[in-house]
Amino acid sequence: MALSAEQVLHIAELVKLALTDEEVALYQQQLSEILEHFDRLNELNTDAIPPTAQVADQQNVYREDRVREWLATEEALANAPDAADGFFRVRPVLEG
Amino acid sequence: MRYVRASGLTITNVHAALQSGRIRSVELTERLFARMAQVDPRLRAFLHVAPEVALQAAEEADRRRAEGEDSPLLGVPLAIKDVLCTRDMPTTCGSRMLEGFRPPYDATVVARLRQAGVVPLGKTNTDEFAMGSSTENSAYWTTHNPWDLDRVPGGSSGGSAAAVAAGATVAALGTDTGGSIRQPAAFCCIVGLKPTYGRVSRHGLVAFASSLDQAGPLTRTVRDAALLLSAMAGHDPLDATSATRPVPCYVEGLGGDVRGMRLGLAREYLCESGVDPAVSAAVRDAVGVWRDLGAEIVEVSLPHTTYALPVYYLLAPAEASANLARYDGVRYGFCDPEAEDIWDAYRKSREAGLGAEVKRRIMIGAYALSAGYYDAYYLKAQKVRTLIKRDFTEAFERCHAIIGPTTPSTAFAIGEKADDPLQMYMADVFTLSLNLAGLCGVSIPCGLADGLPVGVQVLGNAFDEATILRVADAYERVTRWHQMRPPLGGDEIDL
Repeated sequence: MALSAEQVLHIAELVKLALTDEEVALYQQQLSEILEHFDRLNELNTDAIPPTAQVADQQNVYREDRVREWLATEEALANAPDAADGFFRVRPVLEG
Repeated sequence: MRYVRASGLTITNVHAALQSGRIRSVELTERLFARMAQVDPRLRAFLHVAPEVALQAAEEADRRRAEGEDSPLLGVPLAIKDVLCTRDMPTTCGSRMLEGFRPPYDATVVARLRQAGVVPLGKTNTDEFAMGSSTENSAYWTTHNPWDLDRVPGGSSGGSAAAVAAGATVAALGTDTGGSIRQPAAFCCIVGLKPTYGRVSRHGLVAFASSLDQAGPLTRTVRDAALLLSAMAGHDPLDATSATRPVPCYVEGLGGDVRGMRLGLAREYLCESGVDPAVSAAVRDAVGVWRDLGAEIVEVSLPHTTYALPVYYLLAPAEASANLARYDGVRYGFCDPEAEDIWDAYRKSREAGLGAEVKRRIMIGAYALSAGYYDAYYLKAQKVRTLIKRDFTEAFERCHAIIGPTTPSTAFAIGEKADDPLQMYMADVFTLSLNLAGLCGVSIPCGLADGLPVGVQVLGNAFDEATILRVADAYERVTRWHQMRPPLGGDEIDL
């Protein structure tokens, strides 16, 4: 199926990308082509087939809820674009 | 054809040379950096070289050895794909988003190998966040294939494969989400092993598609791959999906013969119209070698192979769209300094920090998961994943391992598929199913087609690495393809 420019912008907003106009046009064409290829899956009747979400050897792995040593605050903040007073600093979330 | 001498740069030979005192790890490491200086300006396999880290590790290994310690990996130089976290080297994932990122910890596989005494030489190039089949999606540069500099080395572990093939390292680590170890190994004439999902910890492997990602070795021989896997594998409390099963010694099983073993030839892997005839001819020759060694060749069918591509390119992007949501420019990564509010910061930082293929995939993934399309795309793909998994279950009732081409063609030209994402995805058509089913596979060199390497893959059941390594090793012992060397000039280190 072909995607409209509005649909591409909607998806871009879901994944928080500020696409340029050229990108919108490019992805409209490329994503449509790729999705069209995916339609081949409809050749298969899967009504009675359960989905596979993961293929790990075990399920529901639990561990004790116990505090253990991890990174020091400075280490955790070392890669932050902006930090102050032992916190990550972000731009305003609420106005005013 | 140039062949490496039997005394070439393998882990086994390095170990023997270190053990006998013919060479020290420090000297070997220095010579590898010299080799790198000779070849890497043309290959561009390394994103970061770390002489200080390496020499310090080499000195430490020499000291441990002088004190009487001896293990097969002690003092062995190793290159690391740049999607595995390293505490003393940058980890960029081939992305501008993580330019300059210094992880506060080592990936578990890296930590384990360091404990075993390996010498990390540096970080190798990769398609951005391991999304690609050529390294052309790296935000930094494209790695060149040592066999033909105008061609891609494969991807996404292309930097690791090129470095091993060129003799710039003894071995390397890669990751394989849909073929990213096996495909570049095939393109560069080396051995690449993708372990069973859960065999190796994913802690510190920067997540792309969490239900598919596995780290594994790229090496010059099957034995070397077995040595590395033995040290990498095993349960890790920091990865709940890592298996608790005991790890066998993968080297012990080598050297045995394949007499009486049943090897399955997957009909769909050789009959598909998309396979280069020279590739299928080389693979058929390889099958003949196994037959001559006493293996029984049986035809098997993996009827849903043709659907692996759409399933993979729905599920992997869906998982990626969630995993890559973490790049918000708050805790690490690029943050646009011009942004006004937090939403603007997210949008602009991600727009500038992520490359075209990554954007494409997270958009496909988000679309497949979005309201109204979830059932038609994501759920449908998960159901067909079940069918693909069943294909293997049924096939393995009839054989011990499955043989097929690793790739439909040999290494393609740089730029050839760069503007056509769907064509690029097709390069993975024979490797994707294995990841979807969570099984293990190894690609080994099996010939040349027009001067370019061809790989044959041996696919095994879950946690049956020992069998595929044994089958691959039996082939390697009676052939010389793995000893062929690319026409790069200069002298490879001889031990």
